Formats: sequence, structure tokens, C-alpha cells
Amino acid sequence: MSVRDAVAKYVVDGCYLASGGFGTNRIATALLHEVVRQGRRGLGFAGHTTTHDFEILCGGHVDGHKTITRLDAAYIVGLEARGLSPQARKVMQSGDVEVSEWSNFALAARFRAAASGGSFLPIRSMLGTDTFDRSAARIVTCPFTDQPVPVVPALYPDVSFVHVHECDAYGNARIEGIAVADKDLARASKRLILTTERIVPTETIREAPDRTVIPSMCVDAVCEVPYGSYPGNMAGRYYSDEAHLKEWLAIERDEDAHKAFMKQMILDTPDFDAYLDVCGARERLPELERLERAP
Amino acid sequence: MSYNAHELMICVAARELENGATAGVGTGAPCAAAMLAQKTHAPELFIVFEAGGCGPELPAMPISVGDSRTFHRAAMATSMLDIFEMCQRGAIDYAFLGGAQIDARGNLNSTCIGDFEAPKVRFPGSGGGNDFASLCWRTMVMTTHDPRRFVASLDFKTSPGYLDGPAGRDSVGLPSDTGPYRVITDLCVMGYSDSEKRMEVQSLHPGVSAEQVQEKTGFELFFSGDLEETAAPTETELSVLREQVDPAGVVIGRG
Repeated sequence: MSVRDAVAKYVVDGCYLASGGFGTNRIATALLHEVVRQGRRGLGFAGHTTTHDFEILCGGHVDGHKTITRLDAAYIVGLEARGLSPQARKVMQSGDVEVSEWSNFALAARFRAAASGGSFLPIRSMLGTDTFDRSAARIVTCPFTDQPVPVVPALYPDVSFVHVHECDAYGNARIEGIAVADKDLARASKRLILTTERIVPTETIREAPDRTVIPSMCVDAVCEVPYGSYPGNMAGRYYSDEAHLKEWLAIERDEDAHKAFMKQMILDTPDFDAYLDVCGARERLPELERLERAP
Repeated sequence: MSYNAHELMICVAARELENGATAGVGTGAPCAAAMLAQKTHAPELFIVFEAGGCGPELPAMPISVGDSRTFHRAAMATSMLDIFEMCQRGAIDYAFLGGAQIDARGNLNSTCIGDFEAPKVRFPGSGGGNDFASLCWRTMVMTTHDPRRFVASLDFKTSPGYLDGPAGRDSVGLPSDTGPYRVITDLCVMGYSDSEKRMEVQSLHPGVSAEQVQEKTGFELFFSGDLEETAAPTETELSVLREQVDPAGVVIGRG
């Protein structure tokens, strides 16, 4: 399925969205762009260490358009050591987004609770802080020890995006390196769209089934998107494009320049392939591939 | 050999990490400290990243806590939930934390400046900070010493230090005997007093006075009875740091 069709079919205005990977690592860039390109609005979003992914969605907030209006935040706005996104800050400081605070562990546990079909999980984190007070976590009494235990509610996203190294046409998928929260996210979601660096024959999957981390029964759509995590890192394939990420952050300081940039990079490009041409990725990818092989 | 404040802070932090310990780190200075420890006195330091990297041999400084360098030749590449569950189980000795504000009890704010509902500045939030702060045995902070950072009262309590005092963590149900351990700044090294669990200066960096440190702190500091001078970086520490850990000079400010 094409990225355009997958987003058109499964991502509707007002739905709750989650996106896998870790900020600038193994992210489903093409799907995030497409959400902005198709002008989705009023989305809920799980900000589980979201950096460039959150920045892309916040890029949809121009001329009064509100892409995200509800947010579960564990890590947002920042791009780690690269600094804060001016656009994401603006969105979060506008009052347009209703936000609950969480920690990364808490959101990961919320996905796990949903992945197992449950309604909550106990974790011993967030106690005694404003993070807890601004979350929807509760304290219950452990029936076995009579001790107070914080519990976090299961999070079942309407739609999730996950980018993987390879999968077959049915969505039986392999991830190399860290899985972050994606095995749980895949199982927790009502709908799951995969993008993949490449589609492999089912025979390849069956030869080494222990490498499959997401089974096809969890998957609703598969889109083949080579370099799909760009400008993020894809373990074993290509490193992050720091020049492009820096350019993006810098341009956000000027509202008009950012608006023109979003138009040029996303709104006026037909798809992710065209974005790779427009942003100069084609020239830089060989070097990013070399850097990933020999860091 | 001459050195700058970044280099001193990284060397001091590295010395706190003993051989065989497990340390949760982020990118930047904490990662440099862990790498330096590993390449000097603590070759069996086990480095853990919250995104899932577990026991890597870091080939170069990672840019992200989840990039491929964080699990390069690692003992294991796993999930975030696995890392924090092991942390909750008591498996992680040290973790480095950061924030825009820290108070005298080591509580941290990385969420916002101003009112939460309409913040003047919105920051990333907890990330894994609250989890490491809640669940690790000993947590450390590396930061520049500035009265806007060391404040009497936080705008938002993102991650727990000793909360409101010595009994604070136990009273809310956080694991016993865990909590803040060191604050390493460009002026001094601080711990927490046994009785009050308040920030206490343990050593002043060469050439720094107690008055200078107090002046840069927005609350009253305790000073240890046996206040020392921080040991300057050795030639070995500096050469390993500059040549092997951060040859590009990104973190040590020589880039």
C-alpha cells in the first residue's frame, strides 16, 4: 500500500496516534509527513521520547491549523543535545494542546498494559512529583503487601506508525538493534501501519522466525519506504543527517521561513521520495551510510 | 597540563564510577565521563542507555540516547521497558540526570518555567529522568553553577530528589536507600548532608572560594566539615579524554 493510501484510510481527524522508534532513530518519517500533507487535525498523540517526529507534526500548526490537540507527554519539544524546537515550543506554549505528563517508563508501561490486553500496570516511578500530579496515574493498595502502589492506565492508540528494517508483504517484521517500545506499541494499537526499508519474501521470514518481532496479525498496512527513517538514524544502514536536522531547527526561528520550508519539504512534494530529492538527502546518504558502517 | 571546566567536571564524574558498576547515562558530558572511566580505572563499567542499549563498546560519542552507537558491540540490545524494569529491580547503580532547575534537596525541573497551564518556556519533560531519579541507587547531576539553575523553589517538580527532606522518599513509597548522590559543577563537587539530605559542598575546584559558590546558588548551601580542594585532572585522564573519548572536542569545548 502507498503511504498516501495508508494514511488516508486509517488516520482520521481526531484519532489518537502513536509513533515508534526513539525521536531521531528508526522513525516512520514518511507517515508523519503524510499526516501533515493531508492536513489531519485534532489528533491525540503519545509523546514517548518524540523529538524530530513531534517537530514534524508541530510543523502542521500554521495559520491556525491544529494538528495535535491532546498529548501524553514524556519527552517532547527537545531534540536531545541538538536543542529545543522553536516550533514545538510555540505549539506547546500556545495553550492549544491539552497535555498530561508522564515519564518514559510510564508510557512504555502503558503500551505494555495495552499490549497484554489489560487495563493498567503498577510501576514505582513518578511518586512525590508534579509529573505524577499532572498524569492520570493513581495510587492503589497492593492486595498482597498492603503497600501503596502507583498504577498507570493502559494506552490503546487508534493508529500507530512503526518503521522496520524488513518485513514481508503481510507485515511479519524484523527490527535490528533496540526495539525501544515498538513490540508493545504494535500489539497495543487498534491499527498499525508499518513502513519498511525493504519488503522481503515470506520464505526469508520463515527461515529465521526468531528474528520476527511483530507478527502480521498485528499489522494493517505495509509500505515499502527505503531510507524511511531519514533524517533519523537507521541502525546498520545510515546515520542521522545532523546538517538537515540543524537546518530544520534553525529555520523554525523565523515563522515565515518555516512556513515556506514546510511547503517546500512536505506540502508541495508528492511523497517521501520527492522529499529526499528536494532536501538534498540523495547527495548526503552515501556519506551517512559510510558513517553508520564506520562510526 | 592546563584544563578547562568541562574537562575537570568530566574527570571528577568519571572517578565516581567504580569498576564493575552499572551506570545509566545520557549523551554529552555524562557519556564522556562513563567512557573516560571505562578507558581508565573502570574497564568493566557497564553502561546502560534508557532506549535499550546495554553494555556497549562505544565507538564514538552518541548524538542520541537511542542511536546505533549506544548498542555498538553491546552485550544486549533490548527495549526501554526492559531497562527500566531492571532499574526498578535495583540493577542500576548510578544514573546521570539533568534539568533547568535544581533545589537544595536535589529535586529537578525539566518541564517548564512559569505556570504549567501557560508556560513561559516549555522544556522536554521527564523523559526517563523521573524513572532514573526514582529507581536508581545513586544519581548524579553535572551542570554549570548559576543562581537561575540552583533555585530555592522549583517551577515544576519533574523528578524526585529527597523531596521535602530525609523521610521524603520513603514516605511516598519510593525504593528505600535510593536518591541523589553528587552534583558536579564548574565550581565545586557537592553531596547531600546525612542528617538533613540537603546539598553540601564537599570540595571546591582549584582557585574557587566558598563565597563564590554561595553567591552563584539561589539557596543556602551547607559546607562539609572537611572541605577539600578538588583534585585536578591527571595527565592520563586528560590525554585519554582528548584523544580517545572526545577527539572532535564537542563535549569538552575544544571543537
